[in-house]
Amino acid sequence: MIDFLLRPLTYEFMQRGLLAAVMVGVLCAVVGSYVVLRGMAFLGDALAHAILPGVALAYLLNGNLLVGGLIAAVVVALLIGVFSRQGTIREDTAIGILFAAALSLGVLLISTIRTYAVDLTHILFGNVLGVSSSDLLITAVLGAVVLGTIGMLYREFLVISFDPVLAATLRLPAERLRVFMLILIALTIVVSLQTVGVGLVAAMLVTPGAAAYLLTRRLSSMMIVAAVIGAVSSVVGLYLSFYLSVASGAAVVLTATLTFLLAFLFAPERGVIARRRAVSG
Amino acid sequence: MDIAGEPARLELRGVSAGYNGRLVLDEVSFQVPHGGRVAIVGPNGAGKSTLFKVLVGLLPARSGGVFIHGRPLGAHHDCVAYVPQRNEIDWRFPVTVTDVVMMGRYGQLGRTRRPGKVDREIVRHSLDQLRIADLAKRSIGELSGGQQQRVFLARALAQEPHILLMDEPFTGVDAATQEATLELLDELHTRQVTVMISTHDLNLAAARFEQVLLLNRRVIAYGAAQDVFTAQALAQAFGGHVLMLPNGAALVDECCPPDEARSE
Repeated sequence: MIDFLLRPLTYEFMQRGLLAAVMVGVLCAVVGSYVVLRGMAFLGDALAHAILPGVALAYLLNGNLLVGGLIAAVVVALLIGVFSRQGTIREDTAIGILFAAALSLGVLLISTIRTYAVDLTHILFGNVLGVSSSDLLITAVLGAVVLGTIGMLYREFLVISFDPVLAATLRLPAERLRVFMLILIALTIVVSLQTVGVGLVAAMLVTPGAAAYLLTRRLSSMMIVAAVIGAVSSVVGLYLSFYLSVASGAAVVLTATLTFLLAFLFAPERGVIARRRAVSG
Repeated sequence: MDIAGEPARLELRGVSAGYNGRLVLDEVSFQVPHGGRVAIVGPNGAGKSTLFKVLVGLLPARSGGVFIHGRPLGAHHDCVAYVPQRNEIDWRFPVTVTDVVMMGRYGQLGRTRRPGKVDREIVRHSLDQLRIADLAKRSIGELSGGQQQRVFLARALAQEPHILLMDEPFTGVDAATQEATLELLDELHTRQVTVMISTHDLNLAAARFEQVLLLNRRVIAYGAAQDVFTAQALAQAFGGHVLMLPNGAALVDECCPPDEARSE
């Protein structure tokens, strides 16, 4: 048993992969709690795809992929804000348009690269076992910045999410905070690129948060439980990937999904079974 | 207390406001003195909720201005508290009763200070006063409608406001909550807090409020209830929804909670 757990750790790429996966799992889960509560799942998915052209361009120019993705995500986040401001068009329409356009632009750029198929797979589904030491460092620094900011703005984000009218009476800069939150989500997505890829990062944002929502009754505890679920899913998924030789990102996401299903069924108060009992009892 | 020498606590000067080209409030002007209690009455779509949105700064006025203590809105940070209509709140949000009431202290806490002993004391006192101390650790989604309203009343109390705004606090709540709300108004009155509520209940407005503001996009009438509720003013405000009886009584056909400010 111990050998079963330790054997993957003898490989350096597994050590780095596990570290990266746990950091990303925690980061996505905490940021994702807001995504779940504010109903921004579609936006998260859109932002994830929106970074594709930035990553492709960075690749073509031999630049840093993280920086390229980050710039693209921030540009798209701001554009969504501009298009939907003052209700010119609905926000989900703006997201839909930009999401498809960015994805197309990304695929277009990547198709000019010769080793097209392999690179696209890595970007779409991640390559956690190819994490380098410098990737790890960037993940750690950006992750700490995002989590630190969320800690500092906990009250403000809570109020603008729960009660926009109170935010107005407290004179909070709600619009600026909302854009700021979008940028934090964009940062999180870019950091997650290496582990789960643009195709699956939305799941890591939403699934642990949704499971934690069913198990808790306060935002702070929801974030902590979500972080634990995110971290555990990452570790379990990576071990599955090691022993079964399956894609690591997919294994991580499916583990998180399984956790969600368990919470959905067995959560003490909000689970399906508890609710059935409450109705029949 | 010397009231005469001070500027009105709340003054609107020619306020016009609306959404997307549609004007909902047209040149609204009135003053509420120190510690006044005003009931705003008007038909659905009269702009009652819109007026509150302007007063809390959620909707900018197109023209005119709101002045508190003689200074423009926004110059004072934490003196306006607002109790929203229940359909404006996401009841599935993971917060406890204590969390919500503590939010009332955020204005005083500022950016960085953590809630201290005094804040927790104020929160507990507010919960006690609304008789919901036993619900403190419950999640807000588990509460009944009346209990939910009391949570937001407790939060308003914890804000220690100078001006309290309540949108339809008497619509769709049980008698006990209605009584608790009225008691709170009396308590706030002794503390010189200015209170403004909107209501569909003309009797309640007349019986429990010193001043009544009859609103239908413009100020139709403003003053003591007996001066405001005249046949002519009611007809002007409610149009076809008012029936004048031969003995001088007026029946107003306005029963239902308003949806004026909700889009889709």
